[in-house]
Amino acid sequence: MRGQHSGSPASVVQAAIENHARRPGGLLPLLHEVQHELGYVPEEAIAPIATALNLSRAEIHGVVSFYPDFRRTAPGRHVLKVCRAEACQAMRGEALAEHIKRRLGVEFNATSADGSVTLEPVYCLGNCACAPAVMWDGEVIGRVSANQLDALLAERLT
Amino acid sequence: MSTVVYVPQDTSALSLGAHAVAQRVAAEAARLGQEVQVVRNGSRGLFWLEPLVEVETPAGRMAYGPVSPADVASLFEAGWLTGGKHALSLGPTEAIPYLKRQERLCFARVGVIDPLNLDAYEALGGLRGLRNSAGMAGAKVVEDVVESGLRGRGGAAFPTGIKWRTVLQASGSVKYIVCNADEGDSGTFSDRMLMEGDPFCLIEGMAIAGLAVGAEQGYVYLRSEYPNAQRLFTSALQIARAKGVLGADVLGSGKAFDIELRMGAGAYICGEETSLLESLEGKRGMVRYKPPLPAIEGLFGRPTVVNNVITFASLPIIFDKGAAYYRDFGMGRSRGTLPFQLAGNVKYGGLVEKAFGLTLRELLHDFGGGSATGRPIRAVQVGGPLGAYLPESQFDTPLDYEAFARINGMIGHGGVVVFDDSVDMASMARYAMEFCAVESCGKCTPCRIGSTRGMETIDRIVAGQQREKNIATLKDLCDTMLHGSLCALGGMTPFPVVSALEHFRGDFEK
Repeated sequence: MRGQHSGSPASVVQAAIENHARRPGGLLPLLHEVQHELGYVPEEAIAPIATALNLSRAEIHGVVSFYPDFRRTAPGRHVLKVCRAEACQAMRGEALAEHIKRRLGVEFNATSADGSVTLEPVYCLGNCACAPAVMWDGEVIGRVSANQLDALLAERLT
Repeated sequence: MSTVVYVPQDTSALSLGAHAVAQRVAAEAARLGQEVQVVRNGSRGLFWLEPLVEVETPAGRMAYGPVSPADVASLFEAGWLTGGKHALSLGPTEAIPYLKRQERLCFARVGVIDPLNLDAYEALGGLRGLRNSAGMAGAKVVEDVVESGLRGRGGAAFPTGIKWRTVLQASGSVKYIVCNADEGDSGTFSDRMLMEGDPFCLIEGMAIAGLAVGAEQGYVYLRSEYPNAQRLFTSALQIARAKGVLGADVLGSGKAFDIELRMGAGAYICGEETSLLESLEGKRGMVRYKPPLPAIEGLFGRPTVVNNVITFASLPIIFDKGAAYYRDFGMGRSRGTLPFQLAGNVKYGGLVEKAFGLTLRELLHDFGGGSATGRPIRAVQVGGPLGAYLPESQFDTPLDYEAFARINGMIGHGGVVVFDDSVDMASMARYAMEFCAVESCGKCTPCRIGSTRGMETIDRIVAGQQREKNIATLKDLCDTMLHGSLCALGGMTPFPVVSALEHFRGDFEK
């Protein structure tokens, strides 16, 4: 689902610049578009964005690194976000997170060895009455048990 | 004549399989040759019953739930299209006690209509408030908001009308309306439900504000964790423009107002209004010093109204039914209603819109039905990650801004997270500090460094290292954060920590 771009990274960045550079406060929408197309914001994107916005590379880097959403390396083929916030903790969300880490063999903010899944923490998906919750490639799944999670991984990683 | 079947497209309903249910209903109807129109509504907010499917019958809407795709065939066999009985029958939707006992002003249409059907929105009172206010002088609109008693629903509870008055009176030809939809508090989902279930209500509320204070551009800053709300609200904006609700001539008033949707990028701190403005300007979400207030120098340095989704969504009814109608709900200085959100370890989790004044115990037991696990409720966190942990002895506190302030608590955005007796409150206190460390913007020292020192100190207390000395250190640190932080993140993280220590001391001394 990620990195479904048709052009080269440079052309994706150029298109995003053309779409957003002149909008007031357009840096976040610009970065969102780059990440949507490429799955991450590559280092090579920083300089052309800085030039287009008449800002320093440090300022662009500062924005990219401030926001947890923006990745600086390519993610796995799928992204699994697991909620760590209080409402999910109240429904044994931490135990679910530990189970997922064991199952995938990774810690948070890392990608499984086969490149299939990037595991990320998230602080609330707004599904707090159906806890614990996870998000698989943008799709929220509620009241997740360890068994359901295993079944989901088995089904979607075939 | 086809029968209308409602299957929600709210995120929580989808997270429990509502899409598959909708597909199965359509497929089964086609197989049986029955004429069915599947309408995708928002959620009623009765999440233990989701996916909650409703059938429009001559006797009103009949509810069935929770429906799985495997139930669909038997529902058709039971004759549900004419309200037939089935094991999943819940009777007339409006008569379900959880819903019937509520006072839904802001959420009157959520779960009832197709969120992208502007005609359905108008048929249930939509746009009447904007039509009324568009013909009034800005100053009169602002005074009506003051009169309604509406206070900011994002958490700070600042009187909305006073904020608007400042913007109205501020000099300058360019002003902005900004909607804070960065609903980051755990245990809250009312902004999301409203934007997914009745997006025109938010659009109408923002337009009322824009026309009143003389702003022509609005921004909604929505958290990126809500892609379904993004999708629905984007469509709603397009429809509103096409139908003249937004644009150069709002509903023929001769006044211009438009809204742009902007997405956040995963930073909790951007729910703080000045950080949100920085983010909208394309910068790091660093908190600003106040003054100047955003009402004087806000977005791009211009006078700006910043309000939460629910604050804006409360305006259409105020200008439809009058300020006095709204003000007559509530208690003390907490006027109107608040959509409370029951979450975490609770049997009947969901959205409960009630006038201020009911007690926390009524909310937890009369609505919530106790814990989901069936064990005793041990602690409740009201108002998000920065709210105090309340023990059972405080459950009779009325849900009122001032009553909660008196017990060092806060109502905040109305989120209520329930924990059963298996919770370890020392680990929750540690988590509060950890969350602050993860989410701190880093501008002020008490928050940036205090949060990490707080985690370490709690670890030492739990490990039994110089316990009394470290408890004194933790309290001192909390005092510094409380008084020395630039914004509410560092300034209120001490509330969950100190309340856990005060009410659940034993958990720190195991």
